[in-house]
Amino acid sequence: MEANAKRLSLKKERAPKKKMTKEKRVRYFKDNSPYLLMVLPAVLVVFLFNYLPIYGVLIAFQDFMPGDKILSDSTIWVGFQNFERFFSDPQFWPLMKNTFLICIIGFVIGFPLPIIVSLMLNAMKGKKTAKVLQTIFNGPHFISLVVLVGMLTLFFGRYGLVNNIAAHFGGERYSYFLESSAFRPMYILSSNWQDFGWSAIIYIAALSNVDPQQHEAAILDGATRFQRVMHVDLPAIMPMVSVMLIMSIGGLMGVGYEKALLMQTDGNLAVSELISTYVYKRGLTGVPDQAYATAIGLFNSIINVVLLIIANTTSKKFSENSLW
Amino acid sequence: MEKQQVKRMALRDTTGDKIFYTINAIFLGILALIVLYPLYFIVIAAISDPDAVLAGDVVLYPVRITMEGFSKIIERKDVWLGYRNTIFYTALTVILSILVTVPAGWALSRKTLPGKKAFMIYFIIPMFFGGGLIPFYNVMSSLGLVNTIWAIVLPAILSVWNLFMTKTFFESSIPDTLIEAATIDGAGSFRIFGEVVLPLSKAIIAVMALYYAVGQWNSYFNAMIFLQNENLYPLQLVLKEILIASESTVGGSGETILQQYRLANQLKYVSVIVSSVPVLLLYPFVQKYFAQGVMIGSLKG
Repeated sequence: MEANAKRLSLKKERAPKKKMTKEKRVRYFKDNSPYLLMVLPAVLVVFLFNYLPIYGVLIAFQDFMPGDKILSDSTIWVGFQNFERFFSDPQFWPLMKNTFLICIIGFVIGFPLPIIVSLMLNAMKGKKTAKVLQTIFNGPHFISLVVLVGMLTLFFGRYGLVNNIAAHFGGERYSYFLESSAFRPMYILSSNWQDFGWSAIIYIAALSNVDPQQHEAAILDGATRFQRVMHVDLPAIMPMVSVMLIMSIGGLMGVGYEKALLMQTDGNLAVSELISTYVYKRGLTGVPDQAYATAIGLFNSIINVVLLIIANTTSKKFSENSLW
Repeated sequence: MEKQQVKRMALRDTTGDKIFYTINAIFLGILALIVLYPLYFIVIAAISDPDAVLAGDVVLYPVRITMEGFSKIIERKDVWLGYRNTIFYTALTVILSILVTVPAGWALSRKTLPGKKAFMIYFIIPMFFGGGLIPFYNVMSSLGLVNTIWAIVLPAILSVWNLFMTKTFFESSIPDTLIEAATIDGAGSFRIFGEVVLPLSKAIIAVMALYYAVGQWNSYFNAMIFLQNENLYPLQLVLKEILIASESTVGGSGETILQQYRLANQLKYVSVIVSSVPVLLLYPFVQKYFAQGVMIGSLKG
């Protein structure tokens, strides 16, 4: 994105200036109108599935029944009433806590892991072995969430591998899926198992661009391989690390519903109910309260945007790295 | 050449370096085992006698090999219907998404695109802010897409991330001079795109096709909220019933429960394999394009 910004400023030099004659401007537009045609379908898709829903958040400020028009004469505006309801909902603090904890623990484990793995793969002696390992590490990314959670039940379910082995040695069967305490470890570790290799790709790409002369110079100075990792490789990926850090902080309350919904049981609901799953349940199941659910979702999105802006501004202040 | 030089110089490793390389290799080796073992276990459990699996005897190798599970899944009509639906949705999604993403990525990579900055902002905003689930559902509902296959396909045909990756690929891989030469030869923008750019873009097209295909193949949520007709269910939704729902729906007491688990688990192991194999087979096939496609895209993006 940084690069995009740079390119945008480059564009200024080449794009037509106002002093062009009208004839020239028409010609310029005509010459380049095929590009408009090429971008049009994408604009349309984003409009339908991204911008129309953004317009739809207006119902968060309304007394809205499914089937109502978003803007009409009979629209009942209720201001921030839906938000206030959420703040006084007994579920409010548990939801905030569950959402934040799963994100922050996931971040603490999941953020450094790909960086470490990429540095280690890059520092491997056998480049072919490193390639093979990378292919293995990427594999689980292609497993669907349904299958991943299915695998979790096959390993940690009452009659899964872990319990079968425990029973084999005379232990008690233990239902990990019915225990609140097991939810976060299972959720976070399985997410890391699935995606650490995939997340490492961009760091590996950045590492492959390190100038070999830097390594040569370091070797001549008598640096060990480990010192070269710390003083040549790591600094080389720091800009990428900063960008990913900003993005991760922006996502600190942004965990989705897809995986949590699949892992939820009555037993672990106390920790597995997240803001996003609550929005789904209140908005689309049972007796739907769409305005309320939309307000909760909007509140969540705004937290994410604010976190992102704070992270970006802070990063801009203390380093040269920022998203915009 | 320079890299080889470094290698040669580094050949005389110190003891410290040797220790470093060894620890490094051991750590990565253990990590590879952690990644591979669960996948390996699924395979050996699927072809083992379910009683042996339940007894905890199947850990390192299959016990009393049987293909019973596979013959059972072949009898499941819902699995095959789901399979057929998913193949259809995935194919449709890939075709449409390439048609939408690649031309748009090319246009956005052109400095002369009128209003380029406005377009960029237009596409960046949805990366960080969205209307959320309920307004999305309502839009789909008012577009009349609920309970149709288009509810599954249409929202999946453009990912803004993929669009920007494609744009970056074009910016860094198609030399400006080539386009200028073609323009001087009198080729129009569409002809240049079709005859000059596309033949040079196999890598990004392959990578995008893989991304969109995997995304559609693996998704369940939109199908869950938008489809009521079971004949339209994609594979993942059928799998959800087999893999996850059955944990709680198994009824009865004592011996029967155990018996049901025995059979249900065997079906689970097999269905994990049957559903994941196509994607896992596709990946190494497309991987050779990764170096060119994803690396460039992610590096500059």
